[in-house]
Amino acid sequence: MSDHKPIVYPYIANSSPATKAEMLKEVGAENIDEFYADIPDSIRFKGTLDLPEPLLAEADLTRHIEGLLGKNTSARERLSFLGAGCGQHFVPAVCDEILSRAEFLTAYAGEPYEDKGRFQALFEYESMMGELLNMDVVNVPNYDGFQAAATSLLMAGRITGRTKAMICGTIGGDKLSKIRDYIRPHLEPIMIAYLPDSGLVDLADLGAKVSSNTAAIYFENPSYLGFIETGAEEIAQIAHQNGALCVVDIDPISLGVLAPPADYGGDIACGDIQTLGIHMWYGGGHGGFIATRDDPTYVLEFPSRLFGISSTTVDGEYGFGDVAYERTSFAKREEGKEWVGTASALWGITAGVYLALMGPQGMGELGKGIMQRTAYAMKRLSQVPGLKIRFKGIHFKEFVVDFNDCNQPVAMINKKLLAKGIFGGKDLSVEFPALGQSALYAITEVHTQADIDRLAATLQEVLR
Amino acid sequence: MKPVAPKPTPRRFHQASWDEPVIFELSQPGARGVLLPQVESGIEQEVGDVSSTLPEALRRKTLPALPEMSQVHVLRHYDRLSQENLGVDLNIDVGQGTCTMKYSPKVNDQLARSHKLADLHPLQDESTVQGILEVMWRLEQFLKEISGMDRFSLQPGAGSAAIYTNMAMVRAYHTSRGEAGQRDQVITTIFSHPSNAACAKVGGYEILTIYPDPDGYPDLAALQAAVSERTAALFITNPEDTGIFNPSIEQFVAAVHAVGGLCVYDQANANGILGITRARDAGFDMCHFNLHKTFSTPHGCGGPAAGACGVTSSLAQFLPVPTVEHDEQKYYLDYNRPHSIGKIRPWFGVAQNILKAYAWIMSLGAKGLREVAEIAVLNNNYLLKKVLEIHGASAPYAKGKRRIEQVRYSWEQLSRETGVHSEEIGYRAADFGTHYWTSHHPYVVPEPMTLEPTESYSRADLDEYAAILKHIAEEAYHSPETIHTAPHNSTVHRINPEPFDNPQEWAITWRAYKRKAK
Repeated sequence: MSDHKPIVYPYIANSSPATKAEMLKEVGAENIDEFYADIPDSIRFKGTLDLPEPLLAEADLTRHIEGLLGKNTSARERLSFLGAGCGQHFVPAVCDEILSRAEFLTAYAGEPYEDKGRFQALFEYESMMGELLNMDVVNVPNYDGFQAAATSLLMAGRITGRTKAMICGTIGGDKLSKIRDYIRPHLEPIMIAYLPDSGLVDLADLGAKVSSNTAAIYFENPSYLGFIETGAEEIAQIAHQNGALCVVDIDPISLGVLAPPADYGGDIACGDIQTLGIHMWYGGGHGGFIATRDDPTYVLEFPSRLFGISSTTVDGEYGFGDVAYERTSFAKREEGKEWVGTASALWGITAGVYLALMGPQGMGELGKGIMQRTAYAMKRLSQVPGLKIRFKGIHFKEFVVDFNDCNQPVAMINKKLLAKGIFGGKDLSVEFPALGQSALYAITEVHTQADIDRLAATLQEVLR
Repeated sequence: MKPVAPKPTPRRFHQASWDEPVIFELSQPGARGVLLPQVESGIEQEVGDVSSTLPEALRRKTLPALPEMSQVHVLRHYDRLSQENLGVDLNIDVGQGTCTMKYSPKVNDQLARSHKLADLHPLQDESTVQGILEVMWRLEQFLKEISGMDRFSLQPGAGSAAIYTNMAMVRAYHTSRGEAGQRDQVITTIFSHPSNAACAKVGGYEILTIYPDPDGYPDLAALQAAVSERTAALFITNPEDTGIFNPSIEQFVAAVHAVGGLCVYDQANANGILGITRARDAGFDMCHFNLHKTFSTPHGCGGPAAGACGVTSSLAQFLPVPTVEHDEQKYYLDYNRPHSIGKIRPWFGVAQNILKAYAWIMSLGAKGLREVAEIAVLNNNYLLKKVLEIHGASAPYAKGKRRIEQVRYSWEQLSRETGVHSEEIGYRAADFGTHYWTSHHPYVVPEPMTLEPTESYSRADLDEYAAILKHIAEEAYHSPETIHTAPHNSTVHRINPEPFDNPQEWAITWRAYKRKAK
């Protein structure tokens, strides 16, 4: 590139030399450097940043990026059984269409007047989630399900004034890491044992550990390992008998068939909305939700934005705005509840579109179909010589396959599956050493009977 | 025909106003928006209706009362709502100061939509994700060069999450030295983003907030009085949200280092200083960038965004896991980091925005980034001159000095003389198709307005925005009622705020509204 010819950058409107000169003249400056007079010379960067030569032409940039992306192989190009908190689900075209609308994609923090659209869309998201969860209060999404779980526990701590959080023993390692780090100054985590045959919360252990200082009992339903926590009602009762809150972490895509936590005693429901019409994006598709009953004791402990509905000066017109804004860090800095900031609003809008497209029938059929496919896959894999299904009982979407009777580690089996075009389930040997050589398989509506049969046949082949 | 008359200034505008019902009111029982693949009969025969075997308490008895709509009706509803929203693509979005509302190139959005990224599962074998790992690794190298820091994590989901991550690393650092108990204070400034104070509070710290000196500069004497053996860290935005660069930043750093504290640079406002001055050169131990601000990824109505945390080599051991590493054969994820603070969010970061930021930097290079900074600053100082020509407006602090990339203005005089408040100017600005923002709370600057014109806007855009402000200011003096009753040309009219703070009336969901509105 010539150093002599000035570049006019397409993304920088005033980068032509003539415009720059006119504007400098208008503000009475000799040169741009005058604007930086407050920056001491001692910390001025001398020279040019060592970055690659730019790809100024859009066509060159596209070629470069497509070259990089071409080194990836997507789950769509193979047969994938990966889940573990990131779900491969069908994404309706209308979801992608709406999230690509420039008015939503490129907006930010507008007011309820010029950005009424996002306020209404997010209020509707809250409302549809409220129907799914049978709860009256749902937040504008926070970052992800990990954050939702961690914040739910801190909310429980503030509501009860207590200092211990009891956590189910089958929680995933990454989520537990986030929770431990986040609640550390405020709550002590107490792990609850699980029953070896079923994975269910060990109620005896729970009963022995719960105390008058327990702020919350937290469990997942379905669990990280896929089984349904059939002791949910008893756990909620134990929480309430001890003055603690019951916090239930759920996958919202299960709620067409599974009862929402509110129906079996959950006080706070939380989770991730990635499964609701959002692509996996290599882990970039997450958004968190927290839901409670409509009680100011709960509502005033939310850190997130809560959009509410109101009237306007015109009859028949809805207006929207922030509910109880004074509780937020925007209003009160460190005196607010935790903090609020940019998180995952566009995913909230997208999940709303998804729920509206699915409707009640769609959510019911979807949940039922996932359970059937999962049960079928469990049955088929259990028939493969050497394989066992680790946990008894009813599952939703995910299940643990026990490879301990095979003479090869999961890592090697997964390499062999990969060579045959299959992404095998998550290797659990590091995360759950007690399970030995096991893997977490995920089955969703994207899988056909033929896909599952192919998995079983291929496993049989590589285990031979 | 006669020539069409010249257009008036400011432009005539009316936002789309579809008078759109709430989505539940559009429900038509029995309608379907999308159909799902049917479960094959082979599966049905093999396993039956599995969900009916759920225990009674865990089985959903009635389907969720979601709206029932045909596909086009869902689409139309949301398309209409989108038209009742302004994004950067539609408006001269200089009115959201501190947020760097720049153009997000369409090509980057288009590239990120590839199934080669959208449909990647984060647990895929590393051999199948070499492209995105390479992008992450390369973006880290860019950010190291731009900041001078030694390592980055791209894991945080946004700017405040990055501040939290830095706070967690501060805590881990002091814990590793056995000083966690002693160091229980974090110092920030009032013109640093509120999340610096709020995230540190979540981390268990007491917050000391430094106010500006009479010239609007962070008060060095106050900082020197605040530091002690209890100081864990300084979290400071520079340039601050006033657009004023702290000229004593090195002395701030020295004072904190002298007592054993760490210095954390909030670089949310880095857009005007790219290639001009770097966090490391000012002596900082950590910094963070907002990829959705400085590095152009779209703001998405408030996320998904992306944050990036930079640290010096001695602090790299505390970074979240995993880091992205590179050897001669491949890119890979490194979880073997025993001193790591652990996980901040699921997986590795907001990959699609990491790709967009990478593409943006690749499209500009070193000279382009410097051009971004210089034009952002030129635009800001140009707009400053135009705004100060408006009767009733002022730019408090640093009299006669230039600003970096934004300005916190005050309408104090206008408000005193007319009774019109800054928020109302924002309501009226909506009538001209623009967005406008006051400032974070508390309003240290009375009747505040914060404008940040970035590099994306043309001289004509800036003239138009200033003309709108001038028009509204004149209305304040001549017909304040027009402003008190604004907006007039927006989607909605003045909203009744009372339900929002009244637990008897607030309705955060439609079901709560149906129950409570009598």
